[in-house]
Amino acid sequence: MTITSVQKDTEALSMTLAAEFDAPTERVWQLWDDPRQLERWWGPPTYPATVTSHDLHPGGRVEYHMTGPEGDQSKGYWEILEAEPPHRLVFNDGFANDDGTPNTDLPLNSARVTIEDIGGRRTRMSIESIFPSAEAMEQVLAMGMEEGLKEAVGQIDAILAEDTARSR
Amino acid sequence: MQIARPDYDRMFGALADATRRDIVRRAIEGNEGVAELADHYPMSFAAVQKHIAILERAHLITKERIGRRKVVRTNLEGLLVARSLLDRYQELWQGRIDRMAELVTDTKEKDQ
Repeated sequence: MTITSVQKDTEALSMTLAAEFDAPTERVWQLWDDPRQLERWWGPPTYPATVTSHDLHPGGRVEYHMTGPEGDQSKGYWEILEAEPPHRLVFNDGFANDDGTPNTDLPLNSARVTIEDIGGRRTRMSIESIFPSAEAMEQVLAMGMEEGLKEAVGQIDAILAEDTARSR
Repeated sequence: MQIARPDYDRMFGALADATRRDIVRRAIEGNEGVAELADHYPMSFAAVQKHIAILERAHLITKERIGRRKVVRTNLEGLLVARSLLDRYQELWQGRIDRMAELVTDTKEKDQ
């Protein structure tokens, strides 16, 4: 399993997740630094991301949209606060309006990514994600729920099939 | 902290159905039994019973005896757990990290 630890702090509204990859640090940094690579992991398979602007420097922005199965699009952006290749990236992650301007009604959360060499061509990446308020968390939850449920359908079907089999 | 994945999946799975979400919503008041709940839906009693069993196994509802009646009540704590943003958020990142791992593996295979 790639993910090695998850720490959640409900009081501080943060989640820290650590994962280890069987790849050098530079390769893991590329996942963030190359927009074509970023597109391949940021959105779930049913909501692939298209990165339209990508500048990983302090003060720079990344702009993207995600396209759903019905052709529906949602726009988002990152505001880069710190970038130290290949080790550190700090950014605010927000939703955007249809015209690409930041949607200030929806919460912004900040992410701090740390990428470190742990020897043997292996890399540890940790992501600390912080929400500004419990309300912001609720809003993201309300928005993400439907998408998340759609996304999980395949997995859920399998779970339910198991449930049925077990109860026989 | 380790991820309690099976329970989380089960809870999430139980909530991925409109009828079951509706049952959870109605059972918050906790004054209807299985038969009364079944009356709200255009499906057989057995089908509703099945939905209730799935919710019960996911710890989202409980059956409680009140006098001679047995009522279905939502386990609010369970519901909060299922709705917790941090859990959802973790799931989101888990998907991303799985895809990242696939990408770095792909390139390695090509290199060789």
